[in-house]
Amino acid sequence: MKWLHKDLLDVSQLSRSEVMAIFETAGRFQELQERPVKKVPTLKGRSVILFFAEPSTRTKTSFDVAGKRLSADTFSLAKSSSSLTKGESLKDTALTLQAMAPDAIVIRHWCSGAARFLADRLECSVINAGDGRHAHPTQALLDAFTLHQEWGDLAGKTVLILGDIAHSRVARSNVILLNKLGARVRICGPRTLLPPAVRTWNAKIFSNLDEAVKGVDAVMCLRLQLERQKQGLLPDLREYARTFGLARRHVDLANQDVRILHPGPLNRGVEISSELADCADSLILDQVSSGVVVRMALLFLYMTRKGEE
Amino acid sequence: MAKIDLIVRRARLDGRDVDIFVSRGKIEAVRKSVKTLDPGDAKVEEAFGLTVLPSLTDVHVHLREPGFEYKEDIESGLRAAAWGGFSNIMCMANTKPVNDCAPVTELMLEKARRYWPKGPRLFPIGALTKGLKGKELAPMAELARAGCAAFSNDGVPIESSKIFRNAVEYASDWDRVVIDHCEDPYLDVAAGVNEGEVSSRLGLPAQPDVAEAMQVSRDILLSEYLDIPIHLAHISCKKSVDLIRFAKARGVKITAETTPHYLTMTEDFLEAEETEYDTNAKVNPPLRTEADRQAVIEALNDGTLDCLATDHAPHAVYEKEVEFDVAPCGITGLDTALSVTWELVREGVLTRETFIRAWTTAPCAIFNLPVNTFVPGDPADFFLFDEDQEWIVTPEALHSKGKNTPLMGTVRKGRVKTHFIAGKKIV
Repeated sequence: MKWLHKDLLDVSQLSRSEVMAIFETAGRFQELQERPVKKVPTLKGRSVILFFAEPSTRTKTSFDVAGKRLSADTFSLAKSSSSLTKGESLKDTALTLQAMAPDAIVIRHWCSGAARFLADRLECSVINAGDGRHAHPTQALLDAFTLHQEWGDLAGKTVLILGDIAHSRVARSNVILLNKLGARVRICGPRTLLPPAVRTWNAKIFSNLDEAVKGVDAVMCLRLQLERQKQGLLPDLREYARTFGLARRHVDLANQDVRILHPGPLNRGVEISSELADCADSLILDQVSSGVVVRMALLFLYMTRKGEE
Repeated sequence: MAKIDLIVRRARLDGRDVDIFVSRGKIEAVRKSVKTLDPGDAKVEEAFGLTVLPSLTDVHVHLREPGFEYKEDIESGLRAAAWGGFSNIMCMANTKPVNDCAPVTELMLEKARRYWPKGPRLFPIGALTKGLKGKELAPMAELARAGCAAFSNDGVPIESSKIFRNAVEYASDWDRVVIDHCEDPYLDVAAGVNEGEVSSRLGLPAQPDVAEAMQVSRDILLSEYLDIPIHLAHISCKKSVDLIRFAKARGVKITAETTPHYLTMTEDFLEAEETEYDTNAKVNPPLRTEADRQAVIEALNDGTLDCLATDHAPHAVYEKEVEFDVAPCGITGLDTALSVTWELVREGVLTRETFIRAWTTAPCAIFNLPVNTFVPGDPADFFLFDEDQEWIVTPEALHSKGKNTPLMGTVRKGRVKTHFIAGKKIV
């Protein structure tokens, strides 16, 4: 498939068939991961800069592993070591990165729209690894890929996204992508943690978790940032865990074989019970391995784009 | 007839070709244009093919001097005003130091006299509280004597209703109106984006329209209770408009302004393909919905909103070329306001009467400023205007140092050719 996009800013840019092409490519890389030697020379000589202006361990490591398995050279620029802490503007950082002539930049930033800001100014591909509350397309793709591996097809399935939707780029991208793939989306969380115009989204809204889980095929738990309580959005964690934390009794209300996902890192006993995180229905570790192959597929498609023109 | 100093020949005034006679800075007569005329000793300005409009008044600008001269200074701000058609400019107090004592006011007036001795006229707005901190009243008697035409805590809403009430009462002793920037101090202050569908999709912290409307209702109730006028700055939404209309119907002495951007733009701009997350459209209060825009237009036409103001808020290019969350709020407006609003008159969105009232008679009545209605004795403040001249908004085309406008790159219609203030040609 000829890849037309320079940048991956959000899943809204992708057509259904492009998503399928990503899954197909990821599927091929997954076979590779079962071999003793997991590395291929596909992107030998190409370079990827991992620019993380916000702390992240798993996404950054995932991209790093993905790049290295494709033989690309990966370079990390983290906020703690970058000049961003010395007051350099994002524009200047962008120009500096540009001058190093990478083939792709993976950006994580705490401001919504930061990936677009970079993409507008750089000639290389920009892959959004999470911008503020806005979008996290690679997470949504790996979540959908994980479910796709389980079910073969997401069409007609019902997926519940549970927790802090308002501050979640994972939720925003997932609502768009799941709808694109034909799934029915439900959202559940306290009103204080829902986006103001959530009712205009293509999702059914619940404030009662017992109601929300009835008949769902998968539940995606979101991490609760513990500072939400200090911001006056929640009374306390105990009340949140007892009201919106996913527990065994909810699984019993859902469809048989309900799948449980979580983008990590977990707050055990807050948004998900410890028992559920470790149970057989949990796909949490499958998500991590999907993450590597989906990111391999993305790096491959975006970085070989020019060669196909 | 008194000795005529200036005759403006064959200018188009509200559909008529007129000759305007000026004596000692004042309008002496406006007559139907004649073919030939002996000017005597008077200067003659040929205006054939040009429209003449009374100079505009802008009661809400930020000129940034002293303290932020890299964004704008009094010289460049008044130049933008002169070319923008404005003869009276009221500048806000959020300078550094804040305009909360006579020396700062005097410095502003001194700079204006030095760089633009013939106008535009500068009328500083004094701080309502010391340092705009909302704790102690500013010395308003001193500020009024130094030349402040009004008082405001613009941009920094006063949290305490008690302090605000005291300030409104104290200001009234010096016959000065208080201008309030209506924004609940706790509901996501200065987010620069409207809370709603667009902000939810873009994932931006946002300000709901009720944050404005709640303060509007507080001010209306206080104004009514104290029987003292209060002027509401830059009204942006339908909820506020409805409250003001209801208040005026029962005789509350409330007045209000809106800006060209609330008449012409909506939050959708921030989600459009080319301008997604464009920080030049980050402004406080934020661009609202189409329903709000329509309500603001209707309210301006029916007089619920008294006047127009630019809320001219220049910033350096590099300050706006940053992440959306980091960018300061504000749109530069003095250079574009006339074109944008006259286009609305031509399109039939605003009536000519509304335009004239909103930019001249209403603001001058509220703040007691000189105004030209082309009646003998009025100050000879007017400009000659080529309605059809197209121009492109480029950084070079703007006289202001502030280039932060979402209109950058667009084609506008209408340019000031010559501007007279008190009968003297300023540009």
